[in-house]
Amino acid sequence: MTTAAAPRVIFSRPELLNDVSTHYCPGCGHGIVHRLLAEVLGELELGPRTIAVAPVGCAVFAYDYLGLDWVEAPHGRAPAVATGIRRVRPDNFVLAYQGDGDLAAIGTAEIIHAAGRGELITVIFVNNGIYGMTGGQMAPTTLLGQRTTSTPAGREARLAGYPIPMTEMLAILPGVAYAARGSVIDPAHIGKAKGMIKRACQAQIDGTGFAIVEVLSTCPVGWGMTAHESMEHLADVEKVYPLGVLVDRSTATLQPASGKGG
Amino acid sequence: MTAILERRSAVSPKRSKRARVLMKGNEAIAEAAIQAGCDAYFGYPITPQAELLEWMARRMPELGRAFVQAESELGAINMGLGAAATGARVLVSTSSPGMSLMAEAMSYMAGSETPLVLVNVMRGGPGLGSIGPSQSDYFQAVKGHGHGDYRVPVLAPASIGEAVELVASAFEIAERYRTPVIMLADGILGQAMEPVAPHFRHPRRRQFDWALTGADGRPPRVLRSLHLQPERLEEHNIALKAKYREIVQREVRWSGEQLDDADLVVVAYGTAARVAHSAMTKARGEGMRVGLFRPITLWPFPEPQLHELALQAAAMLVVELSAGQMVEDVRLAVDGRCPVAFHGRTGGMVPSPDEVLEQLRQLASRVSARGVA
Repeated sequence: MTTAAAPRVIFSRPELLNDVSTHYCPGCGHGIVHRLLAEVLGELELGPRTIAVAPVGCAVFAYDYLGLDWVEAPHGRAPAVATGIRRVRPDNFVLAYQGDGDLAAIGTAEIIHAAGRGELITVIFVNNGIYGMTGGQMAPTTLLGQRTTSTPAGREARLAGYPIPMTEMLAILPGVAYAARGSVIDPAHIGKAKGMIKRACQAQIDGTGFAIVEVLSTCPVGWGMTAHESMEHLADVEKVYPLGVLVDRSTATLQPASGKGG
Repeated sequence: MTAILERRSAVSPKRSKRARVLMKGNEAIAEAAIQAGCDAYFGYPITPQAELLEWMARRMPELGRAFVQAESELGAINMGLGAAATGARVLVSTSSPGMSLMAEAMSYMAGSETPLVLVNVMRGGPGLGSIGPSQSDYFQAVKGHGHGDYRVPVLAPASIGEAVELVASAFEIAERYRTPVIMLADGILGQAMEPVAPHFRHPRRRQFDWALTGADGRPPRVLRSLHLQPERLEEHNIALKAKYREIVQREVRWSGEQLDDADLVVVAYGTAARVAHSAMTKARGEGMRVGLFRPITLWPFPEPQLHELALQAAAMLVVELSAGQMVEDVRLAVDGRCPVAFHGRTGGMVPSPDEVLEQLRQLASRVSARGVA
């Protein structure tokens, strides 16, 4: 005679994820990334220690969904705002959440110099290749040929340049402890992205340097696709922005800046 | 008193209680901020305020406090925003072109009610302009910088000693009203050396129920300026307006000299007021009844005081290191009660006392001619 297994919870809302309905469009990847963050911060018990920086863009409302202390940054300035927090609150965990218009266009200087300083912050960079909130205009990350409301005939390199691989560019800087690119294309990749986010948080906890995880995400409304089509389209995006860990210096402790050369 | 100040002291403080220390304006402002408990400084090199950044670069790390030379003025002010959001006492400094870049964050801080002190050591403009002293950022400081319906208190010292005092006041006002505060100096105040009585004030620390420290054992806090619902944003703007009204009622500062019997009143702030003071003394020597009215807060502007003074004065002369900016506020305050003349120099040029004296003579003759007619 077999006894029935005791019921157990195998799926629930993470404690840090607020029980509210979402403003994000159907098929948008922000909700997935929010959940991953809530899970990781919860597992690492970072919630009560976290001060987070919200971007300008759709994800400014991250503070409605993640039960953390948040400050809004002006467009693109999140890494500078996070730097200010980090320098006066050494015991807190500092998180910046940015989109690709925010990080790869208007905030290019701020992200490069925060990384260059090896600031002990963790940046979640959600790349959906478009300005979602303002109606689907071209971003620096938009693929060549991609139609947007500001490249109605498709992005043409001669006129609008090439997609910028921000995370690869950041990965070459010695202050960067960890840089990786994940995707929300399917559950397996979502699981991998979570692992990357966790690693990027751990780098800050260990004090090894700046950490960034780029997550390729969807914008079905901006892309003019159904939610399902947009997930399939991510496969094309991944050809331009390959997935994986771009650099991991987080196992080596950073040398103090005052140390002698050699 | 700190070791650095002791080394700089012309007279040992042990020998004289009235010891004064010869200090450069930029350095005195920096040290005053440190003594006032500044937790963090962020800046970017620009003339004529670079010594302020350099003083902080040496002193802040030695005290275990935060110093970052940012990648731009945008970086500096946003680092300031981040640090200030945690309740830290933050100083940021720049000069005119840098102030233009910081305008964006000033709007965000006004909107999210984040206290911070920003020093603008003004230089000639527009554009890259010159590195000479100027007061051509009056409009920018007083009327707005960034976008949106907001005001920011603006303090204008006329001496290095006063600058030292006003730095402490700036932190107090910033924290009391949860607002950024601007200290408006100019290239002369920044670069000149004057004897300073090192009586630094140490404003007391407040407990902030808004500061971001991590939601540990309390509900999460959000510092935001975004309110997409029009009703909600209007409510926020009304609350800000009420706060600004309170600042207008409580924080106006000005100083007057020889106003009791003055027929002619010179209105000037900062370095221009120093020149005007010399001109006033010379004019008194010639038997002219001249007084000096010096706004110390440019916002809130000492409007009622000037309005009242306009009943007594035959005319006013506004002197500025600009093409004429504060003069507009003086005319609004005077509201037609007496003529308001203007004399200004620009581009890094500074009017001489004799130049101002000549303007006073001309104004006196115009006024008396009209009085006869």
